[in-house]
Amino acid sequence: MASYILKRILAAIGTLLIIMAITFFLMNAIPGNPFLSEKASPQAIELAFKKYGLDKPLIVQFRNYVSNYLHGDLGVSLKMQEGTDVAKILFQQGKFDLSIKLGISALVLAVLIGIPLGCIAAYRRGTWLDGLLRVMTTVGVAIPTFVLATLLLAVLAVQLRWLDPKSGSLTDFRSFIMPVISLSSYYICYVAKLTRTSMLDAINQDYIRTARAKGVKTRVLVLKHALRNSLIPVITYLGPVTAGIITGSFVVESTFQIPGLGKYFVQSVLNRDYPVIMATTVVLSALVIVMNLVVDIAYRLVDPRITLTNREG
Amino acid sequence: MRETDTLIKVEDLRVSFFTPAGEVKAVDGISYALGYNEVMGVVGESGSGKSVEAYSIIGLLQNPGRVIGGSITFEGEDLLAYTPEQMRQFRGNKVSMIFQNPMTCLNPVYTIGDQLMEALTCHDKSISRQDARARAIEMLELVGINNADKRMDQYPHEFSGGMRQRAMIAMALICKPKLLIADEPTTALDVTIQAQILELMKSLQKQENTSIIFITHNLGVVAEICDRVSVMYAGKIVEQGNVNDIFYQPLHPYTRGLLASMPRLDEDAHERLIPIEGTPIDLLNPPKGCNFAPRCKDCRKICLREKPPYADFGDGHISACWLHFMEAMNKGVGAE
Ligand SMILES: Nc1ncnc2c1ncn2[C@@H]1O[C@H](COP(=O)(O)OP(=O)(O)O)[C@@H](O)[C@H]1O
Ligand code: SF4
Ligand SMILES: [Mg+2]
Repeated sequence: MASYILKRILAAIGTLLIIMAITFFLMNAIPGNPFLSEKASPQAIELAFKKYGLDKPLIVQFRNYVSNYLHGDLGVSLKMQEGTDVAKILFQQGKFDLSIKLGISALVLAVLIGIPLGCIAAYRRGTWLDGLLRVMTTVGVAIPTFVLATLLLAVLAVQLRWLDPKSGSLTDFRSFIMPVISLSSYYICYVAKLTRTSMLDAINQDYIRTARAKGVKTRVLVLKHALRNSLIPVITYLGPVTAGIITGSFVVESTFQIPGLGKYFVQSVLNRDYPVIMATTVVLSALVIVMNLVVDIAYRLVDPRITLTNREG
Repeated sequence: MRETDTLIKVEDLRVSFFTPAGEVKAVDGISYALGYNEVMGVVGESGSGKSVEAYSIIGLLQNPGRVIGGSITFEGEDLLAYTPEQMRQFRGNKVSMIFQNPMTCLNPVYTIGDQLMEALTCHDKSISRQDARARAIEMLELVGINNADKRMDQYPHEFSGGMRQRAMIAMALICKPKLLIADEPTTALDVTIQAQILELMKSLQKQENTSIIFITHNLGVVAEICDRVSVMYAGKIVEQGNVNDIFYQPLHPYTRGLLASMPRLDEDAHERLIPIEGTPIDLLNPPKGCNFAPRCKDCRKICLREKPPYADFGDGHISACWLHFMEAMNKGVGAE
């Protein structure tokens, strides 16, 4: 187990390096630079370039990034909070916490609502309830996040004036409603569909017949024998869910004016604030990687046929 | 057999599947009585209704299958009148069942021990964990699994096929049921393991005094373990009798066909095996007369018109074929 986790950490570092490289060269490929503005003279820009090392060849710049990162130095912001430590911007101004709060809420909802809905649909398959849930979840996975967010904003905030269009720092429950629904709706529906399918699959397995033949109660049959088996595909899906929630948060935080990592990331791209783009990408990628590791361990806990040590990280 | 010695009595049982294409008469009026401590083989080609018949005893029939007629009496109680909860308490406790494919019949995500103990605890809420575990270990040892204490905490994938079937047997017998239904328990295993499992079942049957309904399409297996045999074809029992009668004086053309198609140890090894020609009938549109008529070499006119009744040859040996009645008539004529 320990050696497996060590292996996974090494693999994660490799993955992060590749992500850094891709991000670095992509962001340098977009036209423009952090110092462009109407007032800035070519001389001033050149000076700034020199100051921050942007005049050096790309490969040298990249090498510097990597070596700084290995020393725990994420660099300083070039534009948005010029001169401020990027690590400080991301972690000490509440941005990270805010996004984590939003993301975890969405993830928890996807699991806590999606799985029971899927179980109910499977258990009552063929009934009106199953039909209703099928329609709802099909609609749910068909609506893109940005459409749902805009719709909620238009109806609940603008039309009915029930909720504040600006969610801000998510300090009260009401401000949570729209962002969390927009962010999790797709995943609730997808998890529900996935659970229903794998539950029905599990219910038809021979071991369920064995358990029935033993005299196991229907409730135990579903909640113990079928559910645990049907959770395996659902757990696997939680890795992609995390990645999806992170990308979704770019849209949702911007739409509902939540000053989190997602919104800041979008702004940093618009501002070509290279160190911020780089650091945010790495932090978010690390989150996804950690989540995938958690998923793998959870997977192991649910399915004894998988042993961590005999799989390559 | 005296009436009081009867453990389970099945009378004119009918089970149909109501499919979109129509009613499939999977079990079409079968009757038998099984005594305490008796082993009955149920033999027939695949699709003849053996499993469906077993499922109706233990209440495992699933939609669209329904018992539409007849009765099943177990120790004097009418099983078909049981509520679902009564049936649940009955299953695994008084009657238990093992199945064909031990590779898929155990839940992959729970330990063998957990699944064994569950068979016990779902009928006896008051039993302590230690007692349940001790009893499970005892059962594993009984079925010949070494290191039972360690094996308890292993998962099915850590067991071989033969070991899993042993564990299934242990699980089935843990509540000391009066009747064990074994649905092709050795079919999925390779020959040496088959023999071992059969040997085990034979010795356990003697030791635990369990009655067994042993379902198989392999007559060789029947000869090994059964006292009596029911031969099924297309949802009906075509011939029934004690094992010697069925093997040495088979009466029904279908039974004879089955015997001719199986390798026999007691005869010339070079004897040709003759498979029964043709395929089983379509249960959606059963023929008007004898179900076996389309494949029967002795088929007469009457066979196509009317279903043959049973002829009784004494000692519980019965066979449903028109030939018997014609023979009797010929004999009668000859005697005059
Ligand atoms: N779920 C089902 N739906 C429709 N027909 C079924 C179903 N299960 C079994 N049958 C019918 O019952 C017949 C007997 O099946 P079964 O008892 O499984 O045969 P076997 O003798 O091989 O155990 C089959 O030929 C099939 O036509
Ligand atoms: S009744 Fe007729 S068709 Fe049926 S088995 Fe006997 S001889 Fe053959
Ligand atoms: Mg069968």
